[in-house]
Amino acid sequence: MRTKAKLVTAVQIKWLLISLGAILATHALNLPLWVIGVCVLLGVWRYIAIAKPIFMPNRWLLVLLSLILGLIIVLSFKGQFGRDASLSFLVIMTALKLLETKALRDYMLCIMLGFFLVGNLFLFNQSMATFGISIAPMLLLIASLINTSLVKQNNMNNLGITKQKSTKQDALFILKFSGKLLLQSLPIMLVLFVLFPRIPGPLWGIPQDAYSGMTGLSDNLQFGNISQLTKNSSIAFRVQFQGAIPPKNQLYWRGPVLWHQEEHSWLMASDNIGLPAEHLIVSGPATHYTITLEPHNRPWLLLLDMPTNLPNNTKRTHDYSAVANEPVRSRMRYEAVSYAHYQLEANALNERESIMALQITEGENPRTRALAQTWLNLTPAQKINSALTLFREQNFIYTLRPPLLGKDPVDQFIFNTKRGFCEHYATSFVYLMRAAGLPARIVTGYQGGELNPNGNYLIVRQSDAHAWAEVWLQGQGWVRVDPTAAVSPARIEQGIGDADLERDELPLMARHDFPLLKKALLNLDTFNNGWNQWVLGYDDKKQLAFLSKMRGKTVSVTDLVVGMIVTLLAAMVATAFFVLKKTHITLNPAEKIYAQYLKKLKTIGLQLNIGEGALDFGNRVALALPPQQTLILDIAARYNALQYSQAKNAFMLTELEALTKQFKPKF
Amino acid sequence: MKACNVQVWRRAYWQQWLRVAKSDGNMATLQPRQIYILPTVWGVLYAVMLILLLVGSINYSLSLGYFVTFLLASLGHTAMLHTWRNVVHLHISVLHAKPVFAGDCAQVTIHMLDTKNRARYAIAAKIEQNAEVSEPIAANQSGLFLLPFTTTKRGFCALPRITVYSEFPLSLLHAWAYAELSLPILVYPKPSGHQPLPALLIDARNSGNSRASRGDDDFDGHKNYQLGDAASRVDWKASSRGSGLYTKLYSGEGASDLWLDFALVNGELEARISQLALWVVDAHASQQRYGLKLPNLTLAPSDSQAHYHACMQALALL
Repeated sequence: MRTKAKLVTAVQIKWLLISLGAILATHALNLPLWVIGVCVLLGVWRYIAIAKPIFMPNRWLLVLLSLILGLIIVLSFKGQFGRDASLSFLVIMTALKLLETKALRDYMLCIMLGFFLVGNLFLFNQSMATFGISIAPMLLLIASLINTSLVKQNNMNNLGITKQKSTKQDALFILKFSGKLLLQSLPIMLVLFVLFPRIPGPLWGIPQDAYSGMTGLSDNLQFGNISQLTKNSSIAFRVQFQGAIPPKNQLYWRGPVLWHQEEHSWLMASDNIGLPAEHLIVSGPATHYTITLEPHNRPWLLLLDMPTNLPNNTKRTHDYSAVANEPVRSRMRYEAVSYAHYQLEANALNERESIMALQITEGENPRTRALAQTWLNLTPAQKINSALTLFREQNFIYTLRPPLLGKDPVDQFIFNTKRGFCEHYATSFVYLMRAAGLPARIVTGYQGGELNPNGNYLIVRQSDAHAWAEVWLQGQGWVRVDPTAAVSPARIEQGIGDADLERDELPLMARHDFPLLKKALLNLDTFNNGWNQWVLGYDDKKQLAFLSKMRGKTVSVTDLVVGMIVTLLAAMVATAFFVLKKTHITLNPAEKIYAQYLKKLKTIGLQLNIGEGALDFGNRVALALPPQQTLILDIAARYNALQYSQAKNAFMLTELEALTKQFKPKF
Repeated sequence: MKACNVQVWRRAYWQQWLRVAKSDGNMATLQPRQIYILPTVWGVLYAVMLILLLVGSINYSLSLGYFVTFLLASLGHTAMLHTWRNVVHLHISVLHAKPVFAGDCAQVTIHMLDTKNRARYAIAAKIEQNAEVSEPIAANQSGLFLLPFTTTKRGFCALPRITVYSEFPLSLLHAWAYAELSLPILVYPKPSGHQPLPALLIDARNSGNSRASRGDDDFDGHKNYQLGDAASRVDWKASSRGSGLYTKLYSGEGASDLWLDFALVNGELEARISQLALWVVDAHASQQRYGLKLPNLTLAPSDSQAHYHACMQALALL
């Protein structure tokens, strides 16, 4: 029956602009700068159009704008329609919708898109800060809805434009009410959060760039890769040890092993070459530990040298890296056992591995090759020592800002620049060994870690990323050699914070110069660790494990669903009870006395009607009880005076009390 | 016509199953059992948005996505409670409705009262498909709602069901209740017709007095010439200015009475009543004394407001 579309008021548009502005602000880091700029411009345009409706764009202009902006999105994201592009698209379209918003229908659509965009926030970041930030836009969107429900449709003038006056008190009331609604919604939210069966995703393919923000080790090594990673203080993984934490110089966290050299880069051996696993013999005490790996969008897991057993759903490469079936895209927790004393492939190197371990591209780095040629007749131990001595004694410098290397990078590094980071030392070392006829390979991973005394766990950051070498020695197998230790022993013994680096080269968390700040940040990390474990890591497995522990017996998915329904109903009833409970009227002294009087009258069947005033009621009672007429009318008059008269005093109250006491209801 | 009747009958049929707040005396209370609540279009849109959020959260295993989804779902539940709470236990009574002509919009004054110490926001009321009126009601206070109501037929018209509803706080849910209150609304016949006011005509024939309906002692102004006005009364001087003919008006003691007689009008019953209604309106507007003769009653001439309403009521109920 609604023929005329309901139009929105200026106040409604203002609420919407503020809400969408807040959403844009929370998404600021997830959007290209030009998208933010365009959205701000469109918002300002809509704001101007509130006062001057002639500035509202017509339909053709909007269609044109949508096409142009859509095209720019396609071009700027190079046709890849993944997570980032869809967000930009959604945000731009919401802003354009805003420019079209005159009717309530468009308005509501904008609000719903707003809620959806708040949900999208967590695709990019699930930190506690993002969680906190997400509350504000939700509060504002709910306030916009409350304001809309308060708009009076009957004040519509001939043009169908409703006038709405708004005051600061109104806005404050609406915001408070919005907060109240959110608070009252918390219990049911908690029940659903804990008990709603978590379904392991994904349900369909996930865009390629969905995890582009994740950092970690790459599958190849080029000069600059790791030093770049070292500038990032974000956490790679956390380790909880069952037992003593091994010394720092034993903490080599093994990642991808690189074999193949090609000018500037070193690559992993191909998966499907079918090499048999190397033979591992371990001895000495075992180290048991649990790793919580941050998602890094690559399949490998990090394990302490040298792991003997692997988590489920992972396989071991022949060179003892652990690789998961899928890239690690959500936080992963696994237990592992490693041994510090081991022998890997001690008896004989198989032929194919030996070819791979000696490969260097022909015709490159002539000076290095020439140098290595002079070592050909030395024993393997002497070859290693020659190289390490070279690094130690020839003024090599350990730095995060090495100069760029051009053609023949190893030559340039060894003979000219002599400044480099671990990847320079590891690659040059392996190159020298191979050129001198000793099988060698590069291992990438992390070295060291920082103990968080609050939680007694080890934090390993991206800044602890490291590369080292392994050489094969007859009878000893693959032996770890860390050439970086030759240049900067402190890096290995104490950690990167103690390495002889210029201070500002390192990220804050890897440095030692702000102890108090660092302590505070460590406390925060303890909290963050709990957040990751319990809030973000609450998946299907964790849910069942947690609930089983709570119940003291195994909980199945069916139990879970039944439990959820029962608890949900209970929470709904409790919320309903709380929301619908009677608002008690606090009586003032006069009302208390009057209530006693009414109680007396009720005993003889005389009751105050709804909406009946004291004087009207007094007249009615006086007619019913003629002998006490004067007293009844006196009580009514005095009560009325106490309630509504300006000139009242405590004496009047005592009088009313005395009269009420005097009154005996009798026909 | 027939289809229309069927529709009316059907609506009446399903409406008898509705729970309606009946008035007790003059006041009806919206009891919990009489409140209906359903999601609005926006509520459905909200649900669709929630499903999309849930699917997204599952697909990307987003714990905080679940958080937002569940918080907003729970918000829907909280909003439902608030919407219901906003409407329930309101007391509603009808005060009065001024008489109107058939086809015109009557203004029915409704009084709504809160006794639960709850401020009520954006309480709206409407009668059938007429425009809604929405007002807030402060805690333990009352509010007046002037509801428009389009009338169709003359006579006493029973006040139809009043729909009281609210979509506060989020417009996602629509809670409503029907209140049946008794108030007969008097609807006057629609004034219409082509016959001129029988001024002189009746005067000359019935009273035997040569004087016109109004006295002729003192000049009292002009009126537009109407067919039947005496030629001697036309103010030729004034009329010569070219803006039409004017008749001189005189007031005096000897003004005689105008009789509006049912026998003077012709056509079918409704047309006759409409014609008489038009005469009454015209006569009252020109401040003449007039009487009304109907088959069942005769109202003595007068020019008072009360007389006007008495005449119209007599016509309405004929």
